Amino acid sequence: MTGDALLAVSDLTAAYGEAEVLFGLSLELHAGEAVAVIGRNGAGKTSTLKRIMGLLPARAGTVRFAGHDITRLAPYRIARLGLGYVPEERRIFTDLTVYENLEVGRRAPQAGRSAWTPERLFALFPNLAAMQGRRASAMSGGEQQMLTIARTLMGNPRAILLDEPSEGLAPVIVEQMAAAINDMKQSGVAVLLCEQNLQFATAICERAYIIERGEIRYCGTTAELAADAGLREQYLTV
Amino acid sequence: MDLPFLVTQSLSGLASASSLFIISCGLTIVFGVTRIVNFAHGSFYMLGAYLAVSIVPRLLDLHYSLPMFLAGIVAAAVVVGLVGVVMEVVLLRRIYRAPELFQLLATFGVVLVIEDLVVTFWGPLDLMGARAPGMRGAVDILGNRFPVYQLFLIGTGVLVLALLWLLMHRTRYGVLVRAATQDREMVGALGVNQAILFTGTLFLGSFLAGLGGALQSPLIAANSHMDIAIIAEAFVVTVIGGMGSVPGAFLAALLIGQLQAFGILIVPKATLVLVFALMAVVLIVKPWGLLGRPEAPATRAAPEGIANLKPFGRVERIAAVLALGVALLLPVFGDAYLVKLGTEILIFALAAFSLNLLLGNGGIVSFGHAAYFGIGAYAAGLLAIRLGMAMLPALMLAPIVAGLFAALFGVFIVRLSGIYLAMLTLAFAQIAYAVAFQWVGLTGGDNGILGIWPPDWASGRTAYYYLVLVFAVAAIAALRHAIYAPFGATLRAARDSAVRADAIGIDVKLYRLAAFALAGAAAGLAGALYAFANGSIDPTLLAIPLSIDMLAMTLAGGIQTVIGPLVGAAAFHTAKDFFMPLTDYWRLLLGLAIIAMVLAAPQGLAGGWARLRSRFSGAPA
Amino acid sequence: MSLLMVEGLDKAFGGVIAARAVSFALEAGELLAVIGPNGAGKSTVFNIIGGQLRPDAGRVVLAGDTITGLAPRAVWRKGLGRTFQVAQTFISMSVTENVQMALMSWHGEAASLTASAAGLRRAEAIGLLGLVGMAEAADRPISALAYGDVKRVELAIALAGEPKLLLMDEPTAGMAPKERAALMQLVAGLARERKIGVLFTEHDMAAVFGHADRILVLMHGEVIASGPPDAVRRDPKVRDVYLGESGLAAANAAGTAP
Repeated sequence: MTGDALLAVSDLTAAYGEAEVLFGLSLELHAGEAVAVIGRNGAGKTSTLKRIMGLLPARAGTVRFAGHDITRLAPYRIARLGLGYVPEERRIFTDLTVYENLEVGRRAPQAGRSAWTPERLFALFPNLAAMQGRRASAMSGGEQQMLTIARTLMGNPRAILLDEPSEGLAPVIVEQMAAAINDMKQSGVAVLLCEQNLQFATAICERAYIIERGEIRYCGTTAELAADAGLREQYLTV
Repeated sequence: MDLPFLVTQSLSGLASASSLFIISCGLTIVFGVTRIVNFAHGSFYMLGAYLAVSIVPRLLDLHYSLPMFLAGIVAAAVVVGLVGVVMEVVLLRRIYRAPELFQLLATFGVVLVIEDLVVTFWGPLDLMGARAPGMRGAVDILGNRFPVYQLFLIGTGVLVLALLWLLMHRTRYGVLVRAATQDREMVGALGVNQAILFTGTLFLGSFLAGLGGALQSPLIAANSHMDIAIIAEAFVVTVIGGMGSVPGAFLAALLIGQLQAFGILIVPKATLVLVFALMAVVLIVKPWGLLGRPEAPATRAAPEGIANLKPFGRVERIAAVLALGVALLLPVFGDAYLVKLGTEILIFALAAFSLNLLLGNGGIVSFGHAAYFGIGAYAAGLLAIRLGMAMLPALMLAPIVAGLFAALFGVFIVRLSGIYLAMLTLAFAQIAYAVAFQWVGLTGGDNGILGIWPPDWASGRTAYYYLVLVFAVAAIAALRHAIYAPFGATLRAARDSAVRADAIGIDVKLYRLAAFALAGAAAGLAGALYAFANGSIDPTLLAIPLSIDMLAMTLAGGIQTVIGPLVGAAAFHTAKDFFMPLTDYWRLLLGLAIIAMVLAAPQGLAGGWARLRSRFSGAPA
Repeated sequence: MSLLMVEGLDKAFGGVIAARAVSFALEAGELLAVIGPNGAGKSTVFNIIGGQLRPDAGRVVLAGDTITGLAPRAVWRKGLGRTFQVAQTFISMSVTENVQMALMSWHGEAASLTASAAGLRRAEAIGLLGLVGMAEAADRPISALAYGDVKRVELAIALAGEPKLLLMDEPTAGMAPKERAALMQLVAGLARERKIGVLFTEHDMAAVFGHADRILVLMHGEVIASGPPDAVRRDPKVRDVYLGESGLAAANAAGTAP
């Protein structure tokens, strides 16, 4: 396909030991774009992000990011190229304060880009501002989710991988989350979002892939997907 | 007991707690970040003491003042920190993903290397360090005299705690260390280069070890045995405090310091037993220590240990018959030296074989197997000397005693897994060692007990050789049978997947405990045979170096095979007996050999044979 | 009386409710699928039945015996065979040795120090492997098998205890798509033939709707629907769970839903 994608994944396979989870998966993300990967539990969404980030061992296929082949790079080198990762389990450092969690993620921005600062992030996530010195273990699920995104933004990424940020959150928090992610997108960060929640994905992303059993089954715009009941019937409902 | 006395006693407890904390927190920080238990931490402590002995007087010659003394102490610690950096870059970096057993062994290889280097540079004599200017006297505290330097140590401990707190909470490095202690992978995914973080951590940890040693140099003469002594204490502190937790180490050091200071008043000769009791109580309530976290179970593609158990093929059977034939005829064609060597090889073969019942068959990494060897030896010796028991009944009872102790320790040990389990086996072994060392009235202390000889009918070299042959071969055959029996298969099953074993009705802990007791009894028999072969017992029979020898034998032979440990014991003991008199650098060579083995040939000798065999028979390896 | 009766299970982890008043029954020879989004409480319910967790309230009755709070090894003795999401086998052993081990344990021979393990219960083990179509691979190391075959062997291991109930946590997870249908057919056949009740979770909807006799839908620790596949498929509440609550509500309101 096109060579100018920011992130290009082609024919990717992955496995946990013997158990295979991805079967020749391909997708693309362009600079400044937001793309959703939609599928049910166990479809391979999390594995896709982990494999891109170098957290699952490489088997076959390639991952290219910003002109570099990152298929076999160590996670820290991938992160330094400007790819941020927000895991599903959040993986907040619960022994650290909110401010310290942000410090772990801090990296100088690449030339010519404005830097995220804790102050800017507190504006994006007002809930966090009030609890800078608090231990992360004392935060609610929604606050932790905001912190894990903010922590990743501190690395000034060009693109961010978001794994089900709406999961387990109250509807009102989900709305705040969508707004914050849209703000973040406006600032030029590309988003690859894994979701089960179609409405949430539609509120953020222009394009969507549907993933099932470790393979991409559909690729189109979120508008098409929202309009096509047959598609949703086929892949997303029971 | 009046108040002033209690105060000074408590202060001296604080002083020793403070020293213990400085050393232990380095160990626990390194473990927290790298997940490696660094045996060489004790060696770094020793290096710190020796370097202070060399550096401090030179600085004091320039200008006799307290700042110069302190500069010398810090300089010694910095040099040790740099040694730690070298170790990280050259060795640890290659083994972060290796099994715990190999990591522990590799760092112990470093212990051996440093021990010989220290003797080479500084000579075999104990060296006292320079005392601190202005801190040579004592002060009056509520009418009692208390050494100023002890007060200085207390202050230093508090200062180190405060500086560490600032480092961990007020610097980016510290924040990264704390984050990595919790979730290394996530720190990497946020763009932090772990290699640099790990190197920095090794500097910090080694610096603290060196600082601890340097601070002791005016109090304790630097000697080449202080590495093992301190590492055992530091292990106990980290186990009690919870591995990876600096506050836990502080708490544990405080507890132990006070327990020792006041325990000595109640049970003067058994302070270590009190420490043991404290550890046992803590571990019953909190198996992961006071402030520790449970370790996530490791998931592995292949078990480390006996795999794909096969009965002897024709080649092995011929080899076994030949080996037995040689063993039977050894006194006929061999001289007295060979017969003595043969006796020892048989004894160590049994010990190594019993270790591999745990290691290779059960996946239980015992780092203190010498404890049961030694307990067997002491049981036999004490029964013979103190109760006047005849040799044969003593040889029968000794394994039972060793097996009972193994079962007692095992109750605590089998509750844990992985590195925590290995640490606890080591801690128990060290406690057994300390009891043998401290309980002079019963055990003869450091000197041990002499005159444990076989009766006349077995006193000749050849006669005793045959006696050992009968016992060792019978015990090895019995253990081998157990490995091939359903009992052995069940142990392997529990090792491969405890979850699956539990789901098919197997009480995993009970089986592991039974294996621990059985292996302990067999090692105890080997120890008892050794006591009568040497005519004496002493604490080295329970000490860490002997545990390591057994591990080296087992690994040299290969833990993946049933007979590997026998081959390993023969090869290792022959080499040791042959080379040791020829070189002053036996430990250096052994240490380098262990490191090389871990890096290059983790399958061992017999493992190599198994691979060759499968290559030629065309079966998959 | 039903083979398995689960009554009023409650379980909370530090304030987070993982199961609330979960009740259901399962008949011999029946396949019951438990579905629901991540965190719905499927694993909690499974682990309570399997003995890995103790419920805060409620009880589990298997073939007339109350098994609530028993250890997994004790539950197994009562007739529960289990397979895991990531197959749990003895990877140092051959295929047949894996099954022999389970048979030795079932017949109380696992602690023997006298017998030789190699030939013990081998014929029986090969018989069980025949049931799952793995007899030819009996002497291969289990580490050399394809993952789909490992899952079959795990099923044979679970069958060694003559189970009345099979507890299967995502039986087709990690398998290549083409292997999945075959495994589910095998399980369904065995269940009907041997009158074994099967309780399974699954993300693969083809496996669920193709093979389950009944389906139980969990959400936030509560049973929100149960019944035959067609009824569950048509249940709007269930669709919500899979599309996300607000997602489908919005879609319905917009009139785009079928």
